[in-house]
Amino acid sequence: MSDTTVEARGLDLVFGDVAALSEIDLTVARGDFVSLIGPSGCGKTSLLRVVADLAQPTGGTILVNGTTPHAARLARAYGYVFQAPALLPWRTVERNVTLPLEIIGLPKDERRARACQQLESVGLAAFARKFPWQLSGGMQQRASIARALSLQPSLLLMDEPFGALDEITRDGLNLRLLRLWEATNLTVLFVTHSIEEAAFLSSRIVVMSARPGRIVEVIESDLPRGRDLDIRDDASFHALAHRVRTALRAGHSYG
Amino acid sequence: MTRNALPLLFGVAVLLLWQAAVVGFDIPRILLPAPTEIFAALIADPSTLFADLNQTFFHSTLIGLGIGCASGFGAALLVDRSPFLRRGFVPLASLAGALPIVGIAPIAVMWFGFDWPSKAAVVAALTFFPSFVHTVAGLESVGALERDLMVSLAASRGQMLRKLQLPASLPFLFAALKVNSVLALTGAVVAEFFGTPTVGMGFRIATEAARMNIDRVWAMIFVVALCGSGSYAIIALAERRLAYRS
Amino acid sequence: MKESRALPIAVALAILLLLWYAAAVALNWTQANGDLLATMSLAKPLLPAPHQIAVEFWNSTAGQRIDSKRSLIFHAAVTASSMLAGFALGVAIGLLLAILLVHVRVLDRALLPWIVASQTVPILALAPMIVVVFGAAGLTGLVPKAVISAYLSFFPVVIGVAKGLRAPDRLQLDLLHTYDAGRRRVFTVLRWPSAMRFLFPSLKVAIAAATVGAIVAELPTGAESGLGARLLAGSYYGQTLQIWAALAMASLLAASGVGAVVLLERLVIRARGGRL
Repeated sequence: MSDTTVEARGLDLVFGDVAALSEIDLTVARGDFVSLIGPSGCGKTSLLRVVADLAQPTGGTILVNGTTPHAARLARAYGYVFQAPALLPWRTVERNVTLPLEIIGLPKDERRARACQQLESVGLAAFARKFPWQLSGGMQQRASIARALSLQPSLLLMDEPFGALDEITRDGLNLRLLRLWEATNLTVLFVTHSIEEAAFLSSRIVVMSARPGRIVEVIESDLPRGRDLDIRDDASFHALAHRVRTALRAGHSYG
Repeated sequence: MTRNALPLLFGVAVLLLWQAAVVGFDIPRILLPAPTEIFAALIADPSTLFADLNQTFFHSTLIGLGIGCASGFGAALLVDRSPFLRRGFVPLASLAGALPIVGIAPIAVMWFGFDWPSKAAVVAALTFFPSFVHTVAGLESVGALERDLMVSLAASRGQMLRKLQLPASLPFLFAALKVNSVLALTGAVVAEFFGTPTVGMGFRIATEAARMNIDRVWAMIFVVALCGSGSYAIIALAERRLAYRS
Repeated sequence: MKESRALPIAVALAILLLLWYAAAVALNWTQANGDLLATMSLAKPLLPAPHQIAVEFWNSTAGQRIDSKRSLIFHAAVTASSMLAGFALGVAIGLLLAILLVHVRVLDRALLPWIVASQTVPILALAPMIVVVFGAAGLTGLVPKAVISAYLSFFPVVIGVAKGLRAPDRLQLDLLHTYDAGRRRVFTVLRWPSAMRFLFPSLKVAIAAATVGAIVAELPTGAESGLGARLLAGSYYGQTLQIWAALAMASLLAASGVGAVVLLERLVIRARGGRL
């Protein structure tokens, strides 16, 4: 397999007369943690949906794992984490995590074993039998991450997964996600509108501008691996956040 | 328990007041019989009572309800496959639900005869539309994110239906069942006003009313009410056991 | 995204019409001795074709003097008068009860379970008795029929409006509390406007129920006028065309009632800038 997970060339996406995406060139290497950041309406969610084959581009080419997004979806090559947990309220946490495994027709024992393992990795093993409404918002989103990982995909697509959570919960989840990424060879494509979140998590940050949605700058992070939350007080972190902010300003993202 | 005590107390008070007023003011029995007289009429002729109950509730109502709900549900599954047809049929079905469908009772008699099948047909026609409209709404009630989730998992149409749409529409199905249980009983009783063999709760109410045996009419209405609240209670209980919280 | 509904509805109607013709041919086949054209022109068909009903409808409306016993308009007017009187009475009682329920706690706790329970009771079954009892008290004609319609239409109004009057949330009530607003003021500026969203669906159910009530109320009286009486007479003599025409008129009556409520709702919505 190639070293590129996502390869987009000259990607366009037009809704009616709104250009959601325009001339997008993006390469995501295997094992990358790439954040898409930009003001609302810059097409970052649209780009993620094109990768996931939930939206069809109107121009350009895109390859996911070396195939079309459609083939990649049918091969269950990625896991998708939505803005909201989107857990099915009539299923327990465990049975929400096993849902994708049911769909691919895995036997029951293996489903349970895998769900157990995934819930362990997000720290929810003790809550397997609870229903979604019995969990806090942060725990629900962790369950939805476990669900996305249950198919053991090589690519994780995350659409502002922590946007609705309070800052303290979000810090905890960011750290958890970072450890998870470091422990596996997962490739992550992460949409956010928080500069701090992007700077803390990413190995590369893609800064986008709105109307039309295009890429302003791609910033390589020079922060070390194995970082923890304290790094946010370091000068290197501030420098990185400053570069992102400058790029956003260059894209006329402020006011 | 205190939550139930107040309405219970109110009910008992009304009954006592009713009895006292009828006896005390010597109200003509044709206007309002006393509760004790209604009770006496209720237990006077159990075999007729059971025959009426069997005819109207256990045949016309339940069989008609089953046919109406099942066919409404089936039609909704069909229409769910085409957004175009859904947009066309749903407004028509909602309108049809507001029309006086019981009026087809004389037609049903011509098609299915005087006995219970014609009443069951009326009940089926009455309950079809709420079942259809509620099921369509239930299948549509699935959120965009949940739909995207199933698409991202490359779920088949059948899986989408079984694992997402049907469970999500459970509250809607129960709402339809509740509406329909009352509608079915009303329809079965009223359809008998248009002609019936000499048995059935609607027949009994109409003939005893014409004979001025108002105590027997009240007794029969009490039985009808019991059937109505009874089926409603069973459905509500089933819903509480099956439904989920969100 | 708002898509036009006219085309899908037209297609759906066309499908239904085709199915109807097919059913008419199938059901009338033996009676017409296997003659395809005859299946759609029988005098007493098992299922008349749509155009036969339309012709019968036209003949018994435009083709008759309005005060004639053979005019459907005359019968519709009889039914409409008890339906409208009953609807008005039912809505008035319903509104009054809802306001009482929301403002008097004890009443709410004692009465509401009974009102909800009474929804599970087929009120229409009472129709013959109400007619007889009122007859014994010397009241015949419009009054017992209107009472039955009122009985049917007050329930949805009580339940819907009581819910609507309780719809304002804690924040809105607290806001008015900071203004030291009295109950009457809270009602006029907050509770009543909030109830609009629930009032109109209730009214639609109520007017449809009032129509059914008015028709059914005509059955046990042996009434000679009204759409219900017309249905009954048609079934005695096997006049299927007459039954279907009466059914069409009854449907038109119910649909006009609902349509009038929808129109009123639209006016209120427009006055509120497009949302209820």
